[in-house]
Amino acid sequence: MMKKAFALGLAAVMAVGMTGAVSAQELSGSITGSGSSALLPLAQDAADAFKELYPDVSITLNGGGSGTGLKQVSDGSVDIGNSDVAAETKLEADAAAELVDHKVCVVTMAPIVNKEVGESVTSLTKEQLIDIFTGEVTNWNEVGGPDEEIILITRPQTSGTRALFKEYALDGNEELSGGSLETDDSGTLLQSVADNEGAIGYIALPYLMNNDTVSVVAIDGVEPSLENTYNGTYPVWGYEHMYTKGEASEVVQAFIDFITGDEYGKRIEEQGYGVTAKMTVER
Amino acid sequence: MEKKSLFWKEHFWRGLITCCGLFVIVLTLAIGAFLVYKGSGTFTKYGHSIFEFLFSSKWSPADNSTGGGSVGAAVYIVGSLSTCGLALLIATPFSLAAAIFMTEISPKLGNKFFRPAVELFVGIPSVIYGWVGLTTLVPAIKKVFHLNMGYSVLAAGIVLAVMIFPSITTVAADAIKSVPIDYRKAAYGLGATRWQVIYQIVLPAAKPGIFTGIIMGLARAFGEALAVAMVIGKMRSFPKSILSPTTNLTSAIASDMGGAMEGGEYNTALWTMALLLFLISLLFIFIIHRIVAQKGEEKDGNK
Repeated sequence: MMKKAFALGLAAVMAVGMTGAVSAQELSGSITGSGSSALLPLAQDAADAFKELYPDVSITLNGGGSGTGLKQVSDGSVDIGNSDVAAETKLEADAAAELVDHKVCVVTMAPIVNKEVGESVTSLTKEQLIDIFTGEVTNWNEVGGPDEEIILITRPQTSGTRALFKEYALDGNEELSGGSLETDDSGTLLQSVADNEGAIGYIALPYLMNNDTVSVVAIDGVEPSLENTYNGTYPVWGYEHMYTKGEASEVVQAFIDFITGDEYGKRIEEQGYGVTAKMTVER
Repeated sequence: MEKKSLFWKEHFWRGLITCCGLFVIVLTLAIGAFLVYKGSGTFTKYGHSIFEFLFSSKWSPADNSTGGGSVGAAVYIVGSLSTCGLALLIATPFSLAAAIFMTEISPKLGNKFFRPAVELFVGIPSVIYGWVGLTTLVPAIKKVFHLNMGYSVLAAGIVLAVMIFPSITTVAADAIKSVPIDYRKAAYGLGATRWQVIYQIVLPAAKPGIFTGIIMGLARAFGEALAVAMVIGKMRSFPKSILSPTTNLTSAIASDMGGAMEGGEYNTALWTMALLLFLISLLFIFIIHRIVAQKGEEKDGNK
């Protein structure tokens, strides 16, 4: 960890050194942002690294959910609105048209099951996933698992994670209504899946980085990983967006360029997100 | 100079305090008006009926501003009612017993030890109740009843019961304490036992205060979001028994408010829920006032 921090610091110093002539006009100003809780940890980490390079820049970031982020950037109360979903899905068309999309990273969603189930169920076909989440199949023994009732642990209807999972893992099929435990946030979901035998849920890869409490399930035999996301074989992923109203101001643009830059890309992958530039497929 | 100091004494502080008082009233009214403004959109802008909102269980508001979904919040309402009802059933006997114990049976122990202990309860943040419930109660219920999962109305009811226990106890204890000592002396003088005094003289005389305590507890239970959300399971279906998971109004608002599009049908339906909660707490306060007013009348009548 120390080594990494040192290397990062060194890289930062070098970056400053190389662009020394240009950045003589020191960046200063303030950046505010709010929105997606899935993107928040990454944005926060990037902000800390950015502030080391430009100590005169102050960055304030909040969560609140994608809807909040989009709303606040649209009415001008923050500079950056973080969102898991495209602005058009949450804003009026004319308000969405004013926003500029910056696809800062890629996030992959994985189905996860309780460890006990995970011993026998390591991969599910899409049809099986759809059957499970629509309530067609209610016992694990119908899909090759133990004789255990399936407990669905999902996210609220307004969640960006849920929207992504519905679109790309369930092929647009609506989850069973009123048959699942809906958890507010991904951390709780992880805990609930770990605690309840027979539980299945879905979660973003970054939450699984240092995890051995739940089992990850492959879809159609394809393991949810960054590699499989980059080469396009694993389907359940989406962009994380940072929206600005109109073109970004100089300091905001510098921050977004920093996140999408090669140097910070390594940190992005360390945290379990994917680098947008490495995608071989597009959406 | 003399005049100025008189002005300060007479008018300035009085004015300041009046302003502060008015500010609180204005704030309350403003919150109410804001909730009506936001929450009525479900009925005016999106054209749903109040009947649908209250009694339909079909909940799928569209997360956009074109609308066309359905906003039946009956599951949430039943969830709130059942958990609070259960909490009241559990907490009331304990609270009454505790109040009687610390005022009538052992006032010394009550004042020195019991009362501070109960009051300490009030200060515990609800997230702690929720967390403790999640880590101890939920697994325990799962184990005892051999369930798939421990999230249940029962878990929520117990957590709420623990939370409202101190509110009911302190108000009830105050009410019992304020029953005039003469009543007791007279009853003892007529040869009543201690139990007879408590049961037939003190409790009936303290009844309005006790009811006020119970309703204040109920109001707190209704408004509690965090602790309940953690143990109720948030499954959007009517509870089949007290052992099955369900969801309630406050946790629905808490979990969806950030993600729902501002001004959309979903968001507006959540505001309507908030309005409903506001109206329910107004109702509770109204009932408390009625009880207190009746008590006043009774006293006047006795004179």
